[in-house]
Amino acid sequence: MAKMVQFFGSRWGIISAGVFVGVFAPLLQHWGNPKNMGICVACMERDIAGALGLHRAAVVQYIRPEIIGFVLGALIAAVLFREFKPRGGSSPVIRFFLGLFAMIGALVFLGCPWRALLRLAGGDWNAIVGLAGLAFGIWIGILFLKSGYTLGRSTKTGSFSGLVFPIVMIVLLLFLLFAPQFGRTPEGTPTGPIFFSQKGPGSQHAPIVVSLIIALCVGFLAQRTRLCTMGAIRDVILIRNTHLLSGILGIVIAAFIMNLILGQFKASFSDQPIAHANHLWNFLGMVLAGLAFALAGGCPGRQLFLSGEGDGDAAIFATGMIVGAGFAHNFSMASSPAGPGAYGPASVIIGLIFCIVAGFTMREKMA
Amino acid sequence: MSQIIDARGLSCPQPVIAADRKMKELGRGVFEVLVDTETAKENIARLAQQSGWKIETKQEGGDIRLLLEKT
Repeated sequence: MAKMVQFFGSRWGIISAGVFVGVFAPLLQHWGNPKNMGICVACMERDIAGALGLHRAAVVQYIRPEIIGFVLGALIAAVLFREFKPRGGSSPVIRFFLGLFAMIGALVFLGCPWRALLRLAGGDWNAIVGLAGLAFGIWIGILFLKSGYTLGRSTKTGSFSGLVFPIVMIVLLLFLLFAPQFGRTPEGTPTGPIFFSQKGPGSQHAPIVVSLIIALCVGFLAQRTRLCTMGAIRDVILIRNTHLLSGILGIVIAAFIMNLILGQFKASFSDQPIAHANHLWNFLGMVLAGLAFALAGGCPGRQLFLSGEGDGDAAIFATGMIVGAGFAHNFSMASSPAGPGAYGPASVIIGLIFCIVAGFTMREKMA
Repeated sequence: MSQIIDARGLSCPQPVIAADRKMKELGRGVFEVLVDTETAKENIARLAQQSGWKIETKQEGGDIRLLLEKT
């Protein structure tokens, strides 16, 4: 056990976790997931929001087992290595809205940081613009952190508090498997409350068992190695440390090689799958996402893994993301391959204002 | 008596920022950091290693005491 702890904490440990994601994300795409979306925490949470009827964009509704697996895989690792520590209470309302606005920013770009890396590895050069925006947003977040920004301390809570989010994941798994149809259309056809896309990205998915097993492994490895895209960029800027970055490079290089092998690499700015080429809003969408991730202490994947460890604050952030996805589609904020949604730019500006106000006002004298 | 930073319950990367600030403030010497997650411990250990500070860790119930020293 001690040797495993040592390995996972080492540079080779985090590179292994990154390579695992980089190998299996393109394979998940090969086995049925949407293009350049083998894994995307934002898109997959958006699909879950749609499947639950929180938005009615018919092409992006599916309960993605990957999200379920990430949380439960992290829970298994945390319990096995005695790191399951139920905790919470660190400015939950702010965290909820950071999650909500992070999702809006990510859906203006069309992807979370992991999908940005996978899009890059698939030859979608718009990802470079998005990653630049992400880094810029994180840099702004670091300025706030260095000047005393904090959401305050979390405190220990009862075990049940830490188990609520994993239990929600198990309920989602049951919804995925049984897809209850309680409602009826005027024609009498069964419908809702669980909606699955009949066409579009939501209808494209790898077999459930395959997705779930891979995601459990990713959740396990990421919990052990602390894999975090936002943290990787943040640590390089903040303390000149490249430990987390090596995991991210592992993802990109492995995914690039896999895409070449699988014939999934296509280099261009235009006509990329589930992407648009509006550079300004690709950049600013990810500035918002990066800033929100930095202020909340982790990328969307990391927030799921922390939720599996019993971190109720991370679970609130993830819930905010799912609710944010509902708003993003219901209020025409999310982008489509045609470009930003009608209210996407305005919502990004509102989100940036929220984050900046939080950055300036949330502070506490540290001991 | 060394100085103690209580970084328990703080989100990543605040424990590292606090430790980094103290290292720069002291230049050399001894201080302690109290954390309550393995992640915070690992992050501060990496920072110490790259900054030339020696680090000793001691588990205290659910908390971890980190003793940092540079001579």
